[in-house]
Amino acid sequence: MYLNQFLLLSAALFATGVYGVLARRNGVLVLMSIELILNAVNINLVAFAAFGNQPAGEVFALFVIAVAAAEVGVGLAMVLLLYRNRKSIDLAQIDLMRG
Amino acid sequence: MSPSTLFAATGGFDPLTGGEVMVAQNIAFAIMAVTMLVSAVRMVTTRNVVHAALYLVIVLAGAAGVFILLGAEFVGVTQVMVYIGAIIVLFLFGIMLTRGSFGDDDGVDGERRSMAAMVGALVLAVMAAALVDTFRDAELSRAQPSLTADVGDLIFSQYIVPFEAISVLLLAALIGAIVVARGD
Repeated sequence: MYLNQFLLLSAALFATGVYGVLARRNGVLVLMSIELILNAVNINLVAFAAFGNQPAGEVFALFVIAVAAAEVGVGLAMVLLLYRNRKSIDLAQIDLMRG
Repeated sequence: MSPSTLFAATGGFDPLTGGEVMVAQNIAFAIMAVTMLVSAVRMVTTRNVVHAALYLVIVLAGAAGVFILLGAEFVGVTQVMVYIGAIIVLFLFGIMLTRGSFGDDDGVDGERRSMAAMVGALVLAVMAAALVDTFRDAELSRAQPSLTADVGDLIFSQYIVPFEAISVLLLAALIGAIVVARGD
């Protein structure tokens, strides 16, 4: 197996996630796209761990999973708060801080 | 994919590496990669938010398969438990609780979508060019799959400080999420 197989798969997933974050206006869907990006990073970390025979990459992948769990918790709480206050999670309408 | 990578992914004989091509692994990788990419694209383009969450499940399961293929079984199992078991459920609750704000329609407008597609394609092109140029024919070593005991040893010796920091971060995120989402 080539290292590049995994890195290119990860790059494609990352680019898809970037598209999702930029194109979608639903707050929950943007959070899901961020999960896609973090998952692509994890594939990179584990592929390099296997490439260099160093389990440190897997340790960092586990850290990324933990941080992703925390991020989803706080992010969804913020989306719920947004929904409760403005009855909408359309990110195009959230422009209170626009100058 | 570079032509040689594509060749190996179809299970062909590779003259550069003396013939030791892992056919079964390459076929498994090809199936998982195609499934993951199709599901990821469907996830960011589908209009139904619940369907997007279910497509995300397929992507995450494929990633767990890729981890196991790479010999990182502990990360793969953790992926299934934490992502598919917990985070997806959280997403489904979030979707249910915010239902009715969009209906089934996300309301993506055309200009925003084409700009985002351009940025995504640019990111992919730059990264793919850099990766193909740097790791042209780098092969994964064929050593033993990494032992979970080694990963555990590493977490609790060299990376004990980040581990404790992550524990505190999770606690803080939990309390913060409760405080933010609590109705008062």
